[in-house]
Amino acid sequence: MTELAATDPLPKPKRDIAPILLPIALALVTIPLIGSPSTWLTLTAASLAMGMMIFIMASGLTLVFGLMDVLNFGHGAFIAVGAYVATLVLAPFAASMQADSLWVNLAVLAPAALLSMAVSGALGLVVERVLILPVYGQHLKQILMTTGGLIVAEQTLYALWGPQIIPTPLPTSLRGSFILGDVALAKYRVLAMLIGLAVFIAIQLVLNRTKLGLLIRAGVENREMVEALGYRIRRLFLGVFMTGSALAGLGGVMWALYREQVHASMSDDLTVLIFIVVIIGGLGSIGGCFIGAILVAMVANYGGFLVPKLALVSNILLMVAILMWRPRGLYAVTSR
Amino acid sequence: MMDLLRLSGVHTHIGRYHILQGIDLTVAQGQTTMLLGRNGAGKTTTLRTIMGLWQASKGEISLAGERIESRATPDIARLGVGYVPESMAVFSDLTVKENLVLAARDGPLDDSQLDWIFGFFPALRRFWLSRAGSLSGGQKQMLSIARAIVEPRKLLLIDEPTKGLAPAIVMALIECLKEIKRKGATILLVEQNFFAARELGDNVLVMDNGTIVHRGEMVALAADVPLQERLLGLSLEAHQ
Repeated sequence: MTELAATDPLPKPKRDIAPILLPIALALVTIPLIGSPSTWLTLTAASLAMGMMIFIMASGLTLVFGLMDVLNFGHGAFIAVGAYVATLVLAPFAASMQADSLWVNLAVLAPAALLSMAVSGALGLVVERVLILPVYGQHLKQILMTTGGLIVAEQTLYALWGPQIIPTPLPTSLRGSFILGDVALAKYRVLAMLIGLAVFIAIQLVLNRTKLGLLIRAGVENREMVEALGYRIRRLFLGVFMTGSALAGLGGVMWALYREQVHASMSDDLTVLIFIVVIIGGLGSIGGCFIGAILVAMVANYGGFLVPKLALVSNILLMVAILMWRPRGLYAVTSR
Repeated sequence: MMDLLRLSGVHTHIGRYHILQGIDLTVAQGQTTMLLGRNGAGKTTTLRTIMGLWQASKGEISLAGERIESRATPDIARLGVGYVPESMAVFSDLTVKENLVLAARDGPLDDSQLDWIFGFFPALRRFWLSRAGSLSGGQKQMLSIARAIVEPRKLLLIDEPTKGLAPAIVMALIECLKEIKRKGATILLVEQNFFAARELGDNVLVMDNGTIVHRGEMVALAADVPLQERLLGLSLEAHQ
Protein backbone atom coordinates (compact mmCIF):
# COMPACT_ATOMS: atom_id res chain seq x y z
CA MET A 1 0.00 0.00 0.00
CA THR A 2 1.43 3.38 -0.92
CA GLU A 3 1.69 6.05 1.69
CA LEU A 4 0.82 9.55 0.65
CA ALA A 5 3.52 11.99 1.56
CA ALA A 6 2.44 14.23 4.38
CA THR A 7 4.62 16.97 2.89
CA ASP A 8 5.80 19.78 5.11
CA PRO A 9 4.35 20.36 8.53
CA LEU A 10 1.38 22.66 8.52
CA PRO A 11 1.90 26.16 9.77
CA LYS A 12 0.25 26.57 13.15
CA PRO A 13 -3.25 27.86 12.57
CA LYS A 14 -3.26 31.57 13.17
CA ARG A 15 -5.70 32.70 15.80
CA ASP A 16 -7.42 35.77 14.47
CA ILE A 17 -7.38 37.92 17.57
CA ALA A 18 -7.66 41.34 15.91
CA PRO A 19 -11.48 41.43 16.33
CA ILE A 20 -11.13 40.46 20.02
CA LEU A 21 -8.69 43.30 20.56
CA LEU A 22 -11.04 45.81 18.95
CA PRO A 23 -13.42 46.39 21.90
CA ILE A 24 -10.46 46.36 24.30
CA ALA A 25 -8.69 49.01 22.20
CA LEU A 26 -11.88 51.04 21.95
CA ALA A 27 -12.32 50.94 25.72
CA LEU A 28 -8.71 51.97 26.33
CA VAL A 29 -8.81 54.78 23.78
CA THR A 30 -11.82 56.35 25.45
CA ILE A 31 -10.23 56.51 28.93
CA PRO A 32 -8.44 59.85 28.35
CA LEU A 33 -11.35 61.19 26.31
CA ILE A 34 -13.87 60.55 29.09
CA GLY A 35 -11.51 61.76 31.82
CA SER A 36 -13.16 60.46 34.95
CA PRO A 37 -12.27 56.80 35.62
CA SER A 38 -15.51 56.19 37.53
CA THR A 39 -17.60 57.55 34.63
CA TRP A 40 -15.58 55.41 32.22
CA LEU A 41 -16.17 52.31 34.33
CA THR A 42 -19.89 53.05 34.58
CA LEU A 43 -20.14 53.53 30.83
CA THR A 44 -18.11 50.38 30.19
CA ALA A 45 -20.33 48.32 32.49
CA ALA A 46 -23.40 49.77 30.79
CA SER A 47 -21.90 48.86 27.40
CA LEU A 48 -21.16 45.30 28.44
CA ALA A 49 -24.67 44.83 29.88
CA MET A 50 -26.34 46.32 26.82
CA GLY A 51 -24.02 44.34 24.56
CA MET A 52 -24.92 41.08 26.29
CA MET A 53 -28.64 41.74 25.87
CA ILE A 54 -28.20 42.57 22.20
CA PHE A 55 -26.06 39.45 21.78
CA ILE A 56 -28.78 37.25 23.30
CA MET A 57 -31.30 38.70 20.86
CA ALA A 58 -28.98 38.56 17.83
CA SER A 59 -27.34 35.15 18.34
CA GLY A 60 -30.26 33.19 16.88
CA LEU A 61 -30.57 35.52 13.92
CA THR A 62 -26.94 35.14 12.90
CA LEU A 63 -27.22 31.34 12.84
CA VAL A 64 -30.47 31.56 10.86
CA PHE A 65 -28.75 33.86 8.37
CA GLY A 66 -25.64 31.73 8.15
CA LEU A 67 -27.28 28.31 8.11
CA MET A 68 -30.09 28.80 5.63
CA ASP A 69 -29.48 32.22 4.11
CA VAL A 70 -32.88 33.32 5.40
CA LEU A 71 -33.50 37.04 5.83
CA ASN A 72 -35.84 37.22 8.82
CA PHE A 73 -36.93 40.84 9.16
CA GLY A 74 -39.54 39.71 11.67
CA HIS A 75 -37.03 38.68 14.35
CA GLY A 76 -38.10 41.68 16.44
CA ALA A 77 -41.57 40.14 16.88
CA PHE A 78 -40.07 37.42 19.09
CA ILE A 79 -38.49 40.10 21.27
CA ALA A 80 -41.77 41.98 21.75
CA VAL A 81 -43.80 38.80 22.25
CA GLY A 82 -41.28 37.59 24.84
CA ALA A 83 -41.56 40.86 26.74
CA TYR A 84 -45.37 40.89 26.68
CA VAL A 85 -45.66 37.26 27.73
CA ALA A 86 -43.40 38.00 30.71
CA THR A 87 -45.92 40.59 31.92
CA LEU A 88 -48.47 37.77 32.24
CA VAL A 89 -46.36 36.44 35.10
CA LEU A 90 -44.83 39.67 36.38
CA ALA A 91 -48.09 41.63 36.74
CA PRO A 92 -50.02 39.16 38.94
CA PHE A 93 -46.96 38.67 41.13
CA ALA A 94 -46.08 42.35 41.42
CA ALA A 95 -46.07 42.08 45.20
CA SER A 96 -43.48 39.30 45.10
CA MET A 97 -41.38 41.40 42.73
CA GLN A 98 -41.33 44.17 45.32
CA ALA A 99 -40.40 41.79 48.15
CA ASP A 100 -37.00 42.49 49.68
CA SER A 101 -35.67 39.02 48.96
CA LEU A 102 -33.55 38.11 45.95
CA TRP A 103 -34.86 34.53 45.99
CA VAL A 104 -38.50 35.60 46.03
CA ASN A 105 -37.80 38.00 43.15
CA LEU A 106 -36.02 35.31 41.16
CA ALA A 107 -38.85 32.87 41.86
CA VAL A 108 -41.06 35.20 39.79
CA LEU A 109 -38.47 36.29 37.21
CA ALA A 110 -37.31 32.79 36.29
CA PRO A 111 -40.76 31.40 35.36
CA ALA A 112 -41.53 34.64 33.50
CA ALA A 113 -38.35 34.25 31.44
CA LEU A 114 -38.96 30.54 30.82
CA LEU A 115 -42.56 31.15 29.72
CA SER A 116 -41.40 33.92 27.38
CA MET A 117 -38.80 31.64 25.84
CA ALA A 118 -41.32 28.83 25.42
CA VAL A 119 -43.92 31.06 23.75
CA SER A 120 -41.35 32.81 21.51
CA GLY A 121 -39.87 29.44 20.55
CA ALA A 122 -43.31 28.08 19.71
CA LEU A 123 -44.05 31.22 17.68
CA GLY A 124 -40.75 30.56 15.89
CA LEU A 125 -42.04 27.11 14.92
CA VAL A 126 -45.20 28.63 13.44
CA VAL A 127 -43.32 31.40 11.61
CA GLU A 128 -40.83 28.96 10.09
CA ARG A 129 -43.51 26.54 8.92
CA VAL A 130 -46.02 29.14 7.69
CA LEU A 131 -44.00 32.14 6.52
CA ILE A 132 -40.47 30.96 5.74
CA LEU A 133 -40.82 27.39 4.46
CA PRO A 134 -42.69 28.46 1.29
CA VAL A 135 -40.06 31.08 0.40
CA TYR A 136 -36.72 29.35 0.95
CA GLY A 137 -34.12 30.69 -1.44
CA GLN A 138 -36.21 33.75 -2.39
CA HIS A 139 -34.80 36.74 -0.54
CA LEU A 140 -37.27 39.36 -1.68
CA LYS A 141 -40.22 37.21 -0.67
CA GLN A 142 -38.55 36.42 2.65
CA ILE A 143 -38.25 40.13 3.39
CA LEU A 144 -41.88 40.76 2.44
CA MET A 145 -43.23 37.76 4.35
CA THR A 146 -41.27 38.34 7.54
CA THR A 147 -41.87 42.10 7.54
CA GLY A 148 -45.57 41.35 7.10
CA GLY A 149 -45.33 38.87 9.96
CA LEU A 150 -43.73 41.53 12.18
CA ILE A 151 -46.55 43.99 11.43
CA VAL A 152 -49.20 41.34 12.18
CA ALA A 153 -47.45 40.44 15.45
CA GLU A 154 -47.23 44.08 16.56
CA GLN A 155 -50.87 44.76 15.75
CA THR A 156 -51.93 41.58 17.54
CA LEU A 157 -50.05 42.75 20.64
CA TYR A 158 -51.84 46.12 20.41
CA ALA A 159 -55.18 44.34 20.05
CA LEU A 160 -54.55 42.03 23.02
CA TRP A 161 -52.81 44.40 25.46
CA GLY A 162 -53.93 47.82 24.21
CA PRO A 163 -51.78 50.70 22.99
CA GLN A 164 -50.58 51.85 26.41
CA ILE A 165 -47.05 51.33 27.65
CA ILE A 166 -46.93 48.59 30.29
CA PRO A 167 -44.53 49.32 33.17
CA THR A 168 -42.18 46.51 34.17
CA PRO A 169 -40.40 47.78 37.27
CA LEU A 170 -37.22 46.05 38.33
CA PRO A 171 -37.58 43.79 41.36
CA THR A 172 -36.47 45.38 44.60
CA SER A 173 -33.37 43.27 45.04
CA LEU A 174 -32.06 44.21 41.59
CA ARG A 175 -32.51 47.95 42.06
CA GLY A 176 -29.57 50.09 43.06
CA SER A 177 -25.89 49.51 42.53
CA PHE A 178 -22.87 47.78 43.91
CA ILE A 179 -20.58 50.56 45.11
CA LEU A 180 -16.87 49.86 44.63
CA GLY A 181 -14.98 52.97 45.69
CA ASP A 182 -16.07 55.74 43.33
CA VAL A 183 -17.66 53.31 40.92
CA ALA A 184 -21.34 52.38 40.93
CA LEU A 185 -22.23 49.16 39.08
CA ALA A 186 -25.98 48.77 38.60
CA LYS A 187 -27.06 45.38 39.98
CA TYR A 188 -29.30 44.59 37.03
CA ARG A 189 -26.51 45.32 34.58
CA VAL A 190 -24.27 42.87 36.40
CA LEU A 191 -27.02 40.24 36.18
CA ALA A 192 -27.47 40.98 32.46
CA MET A 193 -23.74 40.54 31.91
CA LEU A 194 -23.74 37.22 33.75
CA ILE A 195 -26.75 35.90 31.81
CA GLY A 196 -25.28 37.05 28.49
CA LEU A 197 -21.97 35.42 29.30
CA ALA A 198 -23.72 32.21 30.34
CA VAL A 199 -25.68 32.14 27.06
CA PHE A 200 -22.48 32.76 25.07
CA ILE A 201 -20.62 29.96 26.87
CA ALA A 202 -23.59 27.60 26.47
CA ILE A 203 -23.81 28.28 22.73
CA GLN A 204 -20.05 27.84 22.34
CA LEU A 205 -20.15 24.55 24.22
CA VAL A 206 -22.97 23.24 22.05
CA LEU A 207 -21.31 24.41 18.84
CA ASN A 208 -17.87 23.05 19.71
CA ARG A 209 -18.46 20.03 21.93
CA THR A 210 -21.50 18.30 20.47
CA LYS A 211 -22.29 16.60 17.17
CA LEU A 212 -25.33 18.86 16.84
CA GLY A 213 -23.02 21.85 17.11
CA LEU A 214 -20.66 20.39 14.51
CA LEU A 215 -23.62 19.97 12.18
CA ILE A 216 -24.68 23.57 12.67
CA ARG A 217 -21.16 24.85 12.04
CA ALA A 218 -20.77 22.60 9.00
CA GLY A 219 -24.22 23.62 7.73
CA VAL A 220 -23.36 27.31 7.97
CA GLU A 221 -20.30 26.62 5.80
CA ASN A 222 -21.75 24.19 3.25
CA ARG A 223 -25.31 23.00 3.78
CA GLU A 224 -25.33 20.99 0.54
CA MET A 225 -22.46 18.79 1.73
CA VAL A 226 -24.14 18.28 5.10
CA GLU A 227 -27.16 16.93 3.23
CA ALA A 228 -24.91 14.76 1.06
CA LEU A 229 -23.61 13.20 4.28
CA GLY A 230 -27.16 12.17 5.11
CA TYR A 231 -28.38 14.85 7.52
CA ARG A 232 -31.70 16.64 7.06
CA ILE A 233 -30.67 20.26 7.31
CA ARG A 234 -34.25 21.57 7.26
CA ARG A 235 -34.94 19.91 10.61
CA LEU A 236 -31.69 21.25 11.96
CA PHE A 237 -32.65 24.70 10.75
CA LEU A 238 -36.07 24.48 12.38
CA GLY A 239 -34.39 23.66 15.70
CA VAL A 240 -31.96 26.56 15.33
CA PHE A 241 -34.79 28.88 14.31
CA MET A 242 -36.86 27.95 17.37
CA THR A 243 -33.86 28.30 19.70
CA GLY A 244 -33.04 31.68 18.16
CA SER A 245 -36.65 32.78 18.64
CA ALA A 246 -36.61 31.62 22.26
CA LEU A 247 -33.38 33.52 22.90
CA ALA A 248 -34.93 36.62 21.32
CA GLY A 249 -37.83 36.17 23.75
CA LEU A 250 -35.36 35.99 26.66
CA GLY A 251 -33.65 39.12 25.35
CA GLY A 252 -37.07 40.81 25.18
CA VAL A 253 -37.72 40.11 28.87
CA MET A 254 -34.29 41.39 29.82
CA TRP A 255 -34.68 44.51 27.70
CA ALA A 256 -38.15 45.18 29.14
CA LEU A 257 -36.73 45.07 32.67
CA TYR A 258 -33.75 47.20 31.60
CA ARG A 259 -36.09 49.88 30.22
CA GLU A 260 -38.75 49.10 32.83
CA GLN A 261 -41.47 49.21 30.20
CA VAL A 262 -43.04 47.19 27.40
CA HIS A 263 -44.73 48.39 24.23
CA ALA A 264 -45.58 46.65 20.99
CA SER A 265 -43.06 48.51 18.84
CA MET A 266 -40.21 48.15 21.36
CA SER A 267 -38.29 45.98 18.93
CA ASP A 268 -38.19 48.50 16.07
CA ASP A 269 -35.01 50.26 17.18
CA LEU A 270 -33.52 47.03 18.47
CA THR A 271 -33.99 45.29 15.13
CA VAL A 272 -31.71 47.84 13.45
CA LEU A 273 -29.05 47.29 16.12
CA ILE A 274 -29.38 43.52 15.84
CA PHE A 275 -28.94 43.55 12.08
CA ILE A 276 -25.89 45.79 12.43
CA VAL A 277 -24.44 43.32 14.96
CA VAL A 278 -25.09 40.33 12.70
CA ILE A 279 -23.52 42.05 9.69
CA ILE A 280 -20.53 43.36 11.65
CA GLY A 281 -19.88 39.97 13.26
CA GLY A 282 -20.05 38.02 9.99
CA LEU A 283 -23.09 35.97 9.02
CA GLY A 284 -23.28 32.79 11.04
CA SER A 285 -20.47 33.62 13.45
CA ILE A 286 -21.41 33.47 17.14
CA GLY A 287 -18.01 34.83 18.19
CA GLY A 288 -18.34 37.70 15.71
CA CYS A 289 -21.88 38.36 16.93
CA PHE A 290 -20.63 38.52 20.54
CA ILE A 291 -17.87 41.01 19.73
CA GLY A 292 -20.14 42.96 17.38
CA ALA A 293 -22.77 43.35 20.10
CA ILE A 294 -20.21 44.67 22.58
CA LEU A 295 -18.81 47.07 19.96
CA VAL A 296 -22.26 48.39 19.07
CA ALA A 297 -23.10 48.94 22.73
CA MET A 298 -19.74 50.62 23.41
CA VAL A 299 -20.12 52.97 20.48
CA ALA A 300 -23.67 53.82 21.60
CA ASN A 301 -22.61 54.49 25.21
CA TYR A 302 -19.21 56.13 24.74
CA GLY A 303 -20.45 57.99 21.64
CA GLY A 304 -23.59 59.17 23.42
CA PHE A 305 -21.47 60.53 26.28
CA LEU A 306 -18.70 62.12 24.21
CA VAL A 307 -20.52 63.32 21.10
CA PRO A 308 -24.27 63.14 21.75
CA LYS A 309 -25.10 64.53 18.30
CA LEU A 310 -23.36 61.58 16.69
CA ALA A 311 -25.30 59.00 18.72
CA LEU A 312 -27.92 58.49 16.03
CA VAL A 313 -25.44 57.57 13.31
CA SER A 314 -22.58 56.18 15.37
CA ASN A 315 -23.49 52.53 14.80
CA ILE A 316 -23.92 53.03 11.07
CA LEU A 317 -20.45 54.61 11.00
CA LEU A 318 -19.12 51.64 12.98
CA MET A 319 -20.63 49.22 10.47
CA VAL A 320 -19.17 51.15 7.53
CA ALA A 321 -15.72 51.20 9.15
CA ILE A 322 -15.76 47.47 9.94
CA LEU A 323 -17.01 46.46 6.51
CA MET A 324 -14.31 48.59 4.88
CA TRP A 325 -11.77 46.69 6.99
CA ARG A 326 -13.41 43.26 6.64
CA PRO A 327 -16.11 43.23 3.95
CA ARG A 328 -17.62 39.94 5.18
CA GLY A 329 -17.63 40.94 8.84
CA LEU A 330 -15.24 40.35 11.74
CA TYR A 331 -15.28 36.56 11.32
CA ALA A 332 -16.28 35.42 7.85
CA VAL A 333 -17.82 31.97 8.26
CA THR A 334 -19.84 31.79 5.06
CA SER A 335 -18.79 32.87 1.60
CA ARG A 336 -21.79 35.19 1.36
CA MET B 1 -22.94 -9.24 -12.36
CA MET B 2 -25.82 -7.43 -10.68
CA ASP B 3 -26.37 -3.75 -11.49
CA LEU B 4 -26.26 -1.68 -8.34
CA LEU B 5 -27.14 1.62 -10.02
CA ARG B 6 -29.31 2.12 -13.07
CA LEU B 7 -30.27 5.33 -14.87
CA SER B 8 -32.91 5.16 -17.59
CA GLY B 9 -33.72 8.11 -19.82
CA VAL B 10 -32.64 10.68 -17.24
CA HIS B 11 -33.00 14.35 -18.14
CA THR B 12 -31.87 17.25 -15.95
CA HIS B 13 -32.60 20.92 -16.48
CA ILE B 14 -30.71 23.65 -14.65
CA GLY B 15 -32.66 26.83 -15.12
CA ARG B 16 -33.33 27.04 -18.84
CA TYR B 17 -30.41 24.81 -19.74
CA HIS B 18 -31.12 21.20 -20.69
CA ILE B 19 -27.96 19.51 -19.38
CA LEU B 20 -28.66 15.77 -19.27
CA GLN B 21 -30.55 14.67 -22.35
CA GLY B 22 -31.61 11.12 -21.73
CA ILE B 23 -28.86 9.30 -19.84
CA ASP B 24 -28.95 5.49 -19.75
CA LEU B 25 -26.26 3.84 -17.70
CA THR B 26 -25.63 1.02 -15.30
CA VAL B 27 -22.98 0.53 -12.64
CA ALA B 28 -22.28 -3.08 -11.76
CA GLN B 29 -21.87 -4.20 -8.16
CA GLY B 30 -18.24 -4.33 -7.04
CA GLN B 31 -16.95 -2.69 -10.21
CA THR B 32 -15.39 0.69 -10.90
CA THR B 33 -17.13 2.48 -13.73
CA MET B 34 -15.37 5.46 -15.21
CA LEU B 35 -17.37 8.39 -16.52
CA LEU B 36 -15.27 10.28 -19.03
CA GLY B 37 -15.87 13.18 -21.36
CA ARG B 38 -14.89 16.69 -22.26
CA ASN B 39 -15.57 19.68 -20.02
CA GLY B 40 -19.25 20.54 -20.02
CA ALA B 41 -20.33 17.10 -21.20
CA GLY B 42 -22.54 16.63 -18.14
CA LYS B 43 -20.43 14.32 -15.94
CA THR B 44 -20.73 16.35 -12.74
CA THR B 45 -24.43 16.93 -13.40
CA THR B 46 -24.89 13.17 -13.68
CA LEU B 47 -23.35 12.60 -10.25
CA ARG B 48 -25.30 15.48 -8.70
CA THR B 49 -28.53 14.18 -10.20
CA ILE B 50 -27.92 10.69 -8.79
CA MET B 51 -27.20 12.30 -5.42
CA GLY B 52 -30.44 14.31 -5.59
CA LEU B 53 -28.60 17.63 -5.46
CA TRP B 54 -30.29 18.45 -8.76
CA GLN B 55 -33.65 16.90 -9.47
CA ALA B 56 -34.05 14.81 -12.60
CA SER B 57 -36.81 16.37 -14.67
CA LYS B 58 -37.54 13.03 -16.37
CA GLY B 59 -36.38 9.41 -16.22
CA GLU B 60 -35.73 6.79 -13.58
CA ILE B 61 -32.82 6.27 -11.21
CA SER B 62 -32.69 3.11 -9.12
CA LEU B 63 -30.22 1.96 -6.48
CA ALA B 64 -30.25 -1.76 -5.73
CA GLY B 65 -33.68 -1.93 -7.35
CA GLU B 66 -35.10 0.96 -5.31
CA ARG B 67 -36.28 4.10 -7.14
CA ILE B 68 -34.47 7.19 -5.82
CA GLU B 69 -35.00 9.93 -8.43
CA SER B 70 -37.55 11.79 -6.34
CA ARG B 71 -35.88 11.25 -2.98
CA ALA B 72 -34.15 13.99 -1.02
CA THR B 73 -30.36 14.04 -0.85
CA PRO B 74 -30.12 12.95 2.83
CA ASP B 75 -32.34 9.94 2.11
CA ILE B 76 -30.17 8.93 -0.84
CA ALA B 77 -27.05 9.26 1.31
CA ARG B 78 -28.69 7.11 3.99
CA LEU B 79 -29.29 4.38 1.42
CA GLY B 80 -25.50 4.03 1.36
CA VAL B 81 -24.25 6.46 -1.26
CA GLY B 82 -21.01 8.31 -0.50
CA TYR B 83 -20.26 11.47 -2.47
CA VAL B 84 -16.90 13.15 -3.08
CA PRO B 85 -17.59 16.39 -4.95
CA GLU B 86 -15.20 18.03 -7.38
CA SER B 87 -14.76 20.96 -4.98
CA MET B 88 -13.88 18.47 -2.17
CA ALA B 89 -16.19 20.50 0.11
CA VAL B 90 -14.35 19.75 3.32
CA PHE B 91 -15.65 21.79 6.24
CA SER B 92 -12.72 24.14 6.58
CA ASP B 93 -13.76 25.55 9.95
CA LEU B 94 -13.83 22.04 11.43
CA THR B 95 -10.83 19.87 12.29
CA VAL B 96 -9.95 16.72 10.35
CA LYS B 97 -11.38 14.70 13.23
CA GLU B 98 -14.62 16.70 13.29
CA ASN B 99 -15.05 16.26 9.53
CA LEU B 100 -14.82 12.50 9.96
CA VAL B 101 -17.01 12.44 13.08
CA LEU B 102 -19.75 14.10 11.02
CA ALA B 103 -19.28 11.64 8.20
CA ALA B 104 -19.69 8.70 10.60
CA ARG B 105 -23.46 8.98 10.71
CA ASP B 106 -24.23 5.75 12.45
CA GLY B 107 -22.17 6.19 15.59
CA PRO B 108 -18.64 6.77 16.86
CA LEU B 109 -15.65 6.42 14.57
CA ASP B 110 -14.59 2.82 14.07
CA ASP B 111 -10.93 2.42 15.07
CA SER B 112 -10.15 -0.37 12.62
CA GLN B 113 -11.70 1.57 9.75
CA LEU B 114 -9.68 4.63 10.79
CA ASP B 115 -6.48 2.59 10.88
CA TRP B 116 -7.24 1.35 7.38
CA ILE B 117 -7.77 4.95 6.19
CA PHE B 118 -4.62 6.18 7.96
CA GLY B 119 -2.74 3.39 6.21
CA PHE B 120 -2.93 5.22 2.90
CA PHE B 121 -3.69 8.72 4.21
CA PRO B 122 -1.10 9.15 7.01
CA ALA B 123 -1.39 12.91 6.72
CA LEU B 124 -4.86 12.72 8.20
CA ARG B 125 -3.52 11.11 11.37
CA ARG B 126 -0.77 13.69 11.54
CA PHE B 127 -3.15 16.64 11.19
CA TRP B 128 -6.00 15.02 13.12
CA LEU B 129 -6.70 18.09 15.23
CA SER B 130 -5.81 20.71 12.61
CA ARG B 131 -8.46 22.78 10.90
CA ALA B 132 -9.32 21.29 7.52
CA GLY B 133 -9.04 24.76 5.98
CA SER B 134 -5.31 24.76 6.68
CA LEU B 135 -4.62 21.53 4.74
CA SER B 136 -3.03 21.49 1.29
CA GLY B 137 -5.14 20.67 -1.79
CA GLY B 138 -3.99 17.04 -1.81
CA GLN B 139 -4.66 16.62 1.89
CA LYS B 140 -8.14 18.09 1.47
CA GLN B 141 -8.80 15.54 -1.26
CA MET B 142 -7.64 12.76 1.08
CA LEU B 143 -10.01 14.04 3.73
CA SER B 144 -12.86 14.29 1.26
CA ILE B 145 -12.37 10.67 0.18
CA ALA B 146 -11.83 9.51 3.77
CA ARG B 147 -15.15 11.10 4.67
CA ALA B 148 -16.88 9.01 2.04
CA ILE B 149 -15.34 5.74 3.19
CA VAL B 150 -15.26 6.20 6.96
CA GLU B 151 -18.31 3.95 7.07
CA PRO B 152 -19.11 1.19 4.59
CA ARG B 153 -21.08 2.54 1.61
CA LYS B 154 -22.87 0.65 -1.13
CA LEU B 155 -21.82 3.11 -3.81
CA LEU B 156 -19.19 5.82 -4.05
CA LEU B 157 -19.67 8.76 -6.41
CA ILE B 158 -16.31 10.45 -6.88
CA ASP B 159 -15.88 13.56 -9.00
CA GLU B 160 -12.43 14.24 -10.48
CA PRO B 161 -10.31 13.34 -7.44
CA THR B 162 -7.01 13.97 -9.23
CA LYS B 163 -7.88 17.42 -10.49
CA GLY B 164 -5.18 19.98 -9.75
CA LEU B 165 -3.00 17.59 -7.75
CA ALA B 166 0.74 17.06 -8.12
CA PRO B 167 1.71 13.89 -10.06
CA ALA B 168 3.13 12.16 -6.97
CA ILE B 169 -0.10 12.74 -5.10
CA VAL B 170 -2.11 11.51 -8.10
CA MET B 171 -0.16 8.26 -8.15
CA ALA B 172 -0.73 7.74 -4.45
CA LEU B 173 -4.40 8.56 -4.81
CA ILE B 174 -4.73 5.97 -7.57
CA GLU B 175 -3.19 3.37 -5.26
CA CYS B 176 -5.61 4.37 -2.54
CA LEU B 177 -8.62 4.06 -4.84
CA LYS B 178 -7.35 0.65 -5.96
CA GLU B 179 -7.24 -0.40 -2.31
CA ILE B 180 -10.80 0.82 -1.79
CA LYS B 181 -11.80 -1.10 -4.89
CA ARG B 182 -10.10 -4.26 -3.61
CA LYS B 183 -12.30 -4.03 -0.53
CA GLY B 184 -15.27 -4.59 -2.83
CA ALA B 185 -16.52 -1.02 -3.21
CA THR B 186 -18.71 -0.06 -6.13
CA ILE B 187 -17.51 3.20 -7.61
CA LEU B 188 -18.76 5.61 -10.26
CA LEU B 189 -15.76 7.81 -10.91
CA VAL B 190 -15.63 10.94 -13.02
CA GLU B 191 -12.11 11.52 -14.25
CA GLN B 192 -10.37 13.72 -16.83
CA ASN B 193 -7.02 12.06 -16.29
CA PHE B 194 -7.07 9.17 -18.77
CA PHE B 195 -4.05 7.50 -17.19
CA ALA B 196 -5.87 7.35 -13.84
CA ALA B 197 -9.00 6.15 -15.61
CA ARG B 198 -7.12 3.30 -17.27
CA GLU B 199 -5.54 2.27 -13.99
CA LEU B 200 -8.79 2.20 -12.08
CA GLY B 201 -11.64 1.47 -14.44
CA ASP B 202 -13.32 -1.86 -15.10
CA ASN B 203 -15.94 -0.29 -17.35
CA VAL B 204 -16.12 3.04 -19.08
CA LEU B 205 -18.84 5.44 -20.12
CA VAL B 206 -18.05 8.42 -22.31
CA MET B 207 -20.36 11.43 -22.29
CA ASP B 208 -20.84 14.23 -24.77
CA ASN B 209 -23.51 16.93 -24.85
CA GLY B 210 -25.51 15.36 -22.05
CA THR B 211 -25.71 11.85 -23.49
CA ILE B 212 -23.68 8.65 -23.25
CA VAL B 213 -21.84 8.22 -26.53
CA HIS B 214 -19.78 5.16 -25.69
CA ARG B 215 -19.94 2.32 -23.20
CA GLY B 216 -17.70 -0.68 -22.85
CA GLU B 217 -14.76 -2.17 -21.03
CA MET B 218 -11.92 0.12 -20.00
CA VAL B 219 -9.31 -2.28 -21.35
CA ALA B 220 -10.85 -2.07 -24.81
CA LEU B 221 -10.89 1.74 -24.85
CA ALA B 222 -7.34 1.91 -23.48
CA ALA B 223 -6.18 -0.29 -26.36
CA ASP B 224 -8.00 1.63 -29.09
CA VAL B 225 -6.12 4.88 -29.70
CA PRO B 226 -8.26 6.09 -32.64
CA LEU B 227 -11.38 5.58 -30.52
CA GLN B 228 -9.85 7.57 -27.67
CA GLU B 229 -9.03 10.40 -30.05
CA ARG B 230 -12.51 10.36 -31.52
CA LEU B 231 -14.32 10.25 -28.19
CA LEU B 232 -12.10 12.32 -25.98
CA GLY B 233 -9.87 14.28 -28.31
CA LEU B 234 -6.80 12.66 -26.80
CA SER B 235 -4.90 9.45 -26.68
CA LEU B 236 -3.25 7.61 -23.87
CA GLU B 237 0.12 7.94 -25.61
CA ALA B 238 -0.25 11.71 -25.63
CA HIS B 239 -1.17 11.58 -21.97
CA GLN B 240 1.83 9.63 -20.75
